[in-house]
Amino acid sequence: MQTAAAGYQPIPLTFDEMHAQPGGVRPHWSSFLHSFEDMGPETLARRWAEVRRLMRENGVTFNVHGDPGGLDRPWELDPLPLLVDEQEWSRLSAGLTQRARLLDLVLEDVYGAQELLRVGLIPPELVYAHPGFLRGCHGLPVAPQSRLLLYGTDLVRTPQGEWMILRDRTQAPAGAGYALENRLVLTRLLPELFREARAARLGPFFEGLRSSLEGLAALHPNNPRIVLLTSGPLSPIYFEHAYLAQYLGCTLVEGDDLTVRDNAVFLKQLEGLQPVDVIWRVLDDAFCDPLELRGDSFFGVPGLVQAVRSGNVVVANSLGSGWLETPALGPFLPELCQYFLGQELKVPGVPSWWCGEPRACQHVLMHLDKLVLRAAFPTQTFFGGRRAVYGHELSRKERDELVARIQARPYAWVAQDEVSMSTSPVWTGKQLEPRHMVLRAFLSAREEGDFEVLPGGLTRVARTADSLVVTLQASGGSKDTWVVAAGEALNAPVVNRPGAEVVLSRGGNDLPSRIADNLFWLGRYVERAEGVVRLIRGSLELSNDPDDAGIVPMLLDVLHPDEGESWPRIRELALETKEYGLAFLLREVHRLSTSIRDRISVDSWRILTGLTIGPAEQERVLMTQLEELIIELWAFCGMANESMSRGYGWRFLDLGRRLERSVRTIELLQGTLLDHEHNQDTVLEAVLKICDSGRIYRRRYPAGLQLAPVLDLILCDESNPRSVAFQLARVDEHLAALPDQKPMRSAEQRLTLALLTELRLLDVRNLELADFLESCEERLPQLSDALFRHYLAHVSPARVRPALPRE
Amino acid sequence: MKYRVRHTTHYKYTDPVSLCHNQVVSLPHPHPCQEVSEAMLEIEPIPAVKTRRRDYFGNHLTVFEVHEPHEELSVTIRFLVEVQVAQDLVASPSWEQVAGHLAADRAYLSERQFCFDSPYVVADEKLAAYARKSLTPGRPLLEGVKDMMARIHKEFRYDPEATDLSTGLGEVLENRRGVCQDFAHLMIGMLRSLGLAARYVSGYLLTTPPPGQPRLVGADASHAWLSVFCPPYGWVDFDPTNDQIPSDRHITMAWGRDYEDVSPVKGVVLGGGAQTVSVAVDVHPEDP
Repeated sequence: MQTAAAGYQPIPLTFDEMHAQPGGVRPHWSSFLHSFEDMGPETLARRWAEVRRLMRENGVTFNVHGDPGGLDRPWELDPLPLLVDEQEWSRLSAGLTQRARLLDLVLEDVYGAQELLRVGLIPPELVYAHPGFLRGCHGLPVAPQSRLLLYGTDLVRTPQGEWMILRDRTQAPAGAGYALENRLVLTRLLPELFREARAARLGPFFEGLRSSLEGLAALHPNNPRIVLLTSGPLSPIYFEHAYLAQYLGCTLVEGDDLTVRDNAVFLKQLEGLQPVDVIWRVLDDAFCDPLELRGDSFFGVPGLVQAVRSGNVVVANSLGSGWLETPALGPFLPELCQYFLGQELKVPGVPSWWCGEPRACQHVLMHLDKLVLRAAFPTQTFFGGRRAVYGHELSRKERDELVARIQARPYAWVAQDEVSMSTSPVWTGKQLEPRHMVLRAFLSAREEGDFEVLPGGLTRVARTADSLVVTLQASGGSKDTWVVAAGEALNAPVVNRPGAEVVLSRGGNDLPSRIADNLFWLGRYVERAEGVVRLIRGSLELSNDPDDAGIVPMLLDVLHPDEGESWPRIRELALETKEYGLAFLLREVHRLSTSIRDRISVDSWRILTGLTIGPAEQERVLMTQLEELIIELWAFCGMANESMSRGYGWRFLDLGRRLERSVRTIELLQGTLLDHEHNQDTVLEAVLKICDSGRIYRRRYPAGLQLAPVLDLILCDESNPRSVAFQLARVDEHLAALPDQKPMRSAEQRLTLALLTELRLLDVRNLELADFLESCEERLPQLSDALFRHYLAHVSPARVRPALPRE
Repeated sequence: MKYRVRHTTHYKYTDPVSLCHNQVVSLPHPHPCQEVSEAMLEIEPIPAVKTRRRDYFGNHLTVFEVHEPHEELSVTIRFLVEVQVAQDLVASPSWEQVAGHLAADRAYLSERQFCFDSPYVVADEKLAAYARKSLTPGRPLLEGVKDMMARIHKEFRYDPEATDLSTGLGEVLENRRGVCQDFAHLMIGMLRSLGLAARYVSGYLLTTPPPGQPRLVGADASHAWLSVFCPPYGWVDFDPTNDQIPSDRHITMAWGRDYEDVSPVKGVVLGGGAQTVSVAVDVHPEDP
């Protein structure tokens, strides 16, 4: 390892963050590097493996859209942080703060007085031709701190070491949550080094962000309801949304969790509609309201813009702030900075030209080879689907086409100098190697137009030494970013925020109805999966016994009526992805657990998303998988019972299980006991085994198998946790504990009690079994429907009315 | 002329709608040639909340929410309007002069925003080529636009089956068929592709024509035409569907960049199943 840093080879003519050329290791890296080398490669490798395991288990992922391989890709993190010298950082911070203030003022003007257009500091094309300038948001009341509550900007460095702004992210900048997670991981990986380096802490920034969010709540300043609005688990960065919501104590919601009534926004909870004061949205502008903005948005809240207009809710970042992201604004910022602040831009942008100005356009056409062309407006028909066009990569034909397109609509094009990026060392497992990097810095609005800079950020590096591609989607990984002090620690001590005392809460009851619905179905699917595993396992065992194999087709018919040999049918039931197959159920369990990832423990989530089945060409292999599945499903249930707080969420999960188990048990009895062709002993034995009640039966009735005691045990015996009566008694308890209790019992309570009472009074020796089972089969779905109507009916999504007939 | 206008939009759903949010153009846009009185907005079932506002273009909108479960929703606007004959158009500057002013003169900032692409209207070279046949070099703007309108009327067929809202302008130009919305969008696109300012107008036509005059197309529903900006007159209307310069038989309701900005009724519903919608428009002259 001693040689690792010594053997580090920076790329010539490139600024390296660690290694000056000439001059060697920069002063702010030397003590870190020393300790890093002292740690030794074995310790590092061991800890690194540990940390990677942790990240995997915490579900730190980045989802790549269009990745056919599936949903989630693990988040990549390099063990070496980027170190930035504190003095340099403080200069940079001043520049970033200036830029945030400037952009904030520009945004205010464009959605307000539009003085900048009148005096000609911004050309009208940039506003009027930009689809991201949302006319419906012009003149909306906006709390100043909400405009750029969180602002992100990408920084690169020239070979001379000068920082430059590559792009701005102003509506819902991604990465702050990953930066926080990276820090958490690194402090576990390199605790000693972190302490020694006295790097600035990130916590205070997020506390300030939380304060700013609270400050936006005009209506309920003491205990505001703040929600984080996400597009849901399909968002590539859903992990970050869930993580930030948890860290900041906001409720994570999707559009369907919110509803607008009387021009105000409410969260749909089990106990009714709860007013929402502040929405921190991580959705793009246009998706936020299908009524006033994009009608094809599935993610937004109909009526949201009107609620903002009425002053009943604050949305941050303010609606329409995405407009600022246009790269065409860059060339105008120096003058705007003079106009608003009377200052020079402290951190320059990458040199750029807006082709709408004839002189700039001429320059661009003359120097096309050295430039990168970008669309001034987000548009889908951008030169072959590329995000940026590098002039030097174009063929002659492409070049001619590009020139024609620029000339036809010059104002739609922006050109930038090809950026030079600095490099930073990454740890390859053996040695340090340079990688090009981009640093995303974050700022958050504070009172009176002030901004706070996150002392750190998300550093992203290219995959290989010669690659210049650094994006969240394609990049090789990320780094933590440490602002290191030469002398004493940077931080002011953490102080408690002034303000009202928080109300103590035994919560767990701030449950959006959609989450309750998902938990209910998770409970049902987990139980159904267990039932199917038991039945398939039972069938597999029986099919190997020549005396008993005859009843296997009957058992399999309970799951899915079909014909043919038993083994292929068993295989199909296990691996089939249609609704009756086990593979389908496991996929649903995976989907549902992902959609409520922030509501269940990390361990539970790990178990649920790890459930798999197949391939299984041999019975033995399938059997082993089934045995493992049973244990994992039990582990989840045990965990849910032992570690979930007894809020409504747990009750809905358990309601789902109990109802499902009742339904499946009745189905099993209907499919087996009404048949008289087979040996009754074999059938009863199989039923007891599938219902996991064989042991209790034998202990209680050593004499042998008879129908009546089997029925009593499986239907009526409330001491048997597998009996239908036991399930209904639990359902009854849960229903009594749900909100919105009326003096008269609710429909679902009456149905439950009727069925339970009937079971308690049941005479198993004189029973019309077929009739009784049929009546259960009819009433259990009614119970489930009544529950749904009472608590979950408003979870159904809103949709836009199709357009009017045309004249 | 004085008219009584009644416009009803009626939705029927197969399943109950438990909640809906709506936005309706509820009153004519203030207009120098129009005087509106006795305006009413009737909504059934009665909305839980109803708010009036002006949009970015100055159109009068009402947003409302219905909270009670319903299987039908009916929205009716009524008003009395007196329409003045439009000003006489005589000479106009050349179209290049107008385009030049729009591009260079900040006094025309508010008109300038109607020079650019909008959701349904994306200018391109084909539209420009079609437009140049009428807007020949140096030709006075209004004369050229009148010629363009006549050509569209002659060369395109009114055909409600040929297009829907998702039909692009390119296809309309190719197939030479469409409805008033398409013709308005098409002509707006042609004008904008030469740097001129054009806006979309929605409104109504007299349902029953005066004796001896033909009934105009688009009279049973809301109608669409366009305005082009031409100093010194300001905005001048053209109706390519009927090859007319609108005067006292066209009633202006709303304007914007294109249909997207002026949709008469739009809404988002919770529940509802399948739906059918019917529209009835009545425009009758009021006896003097």
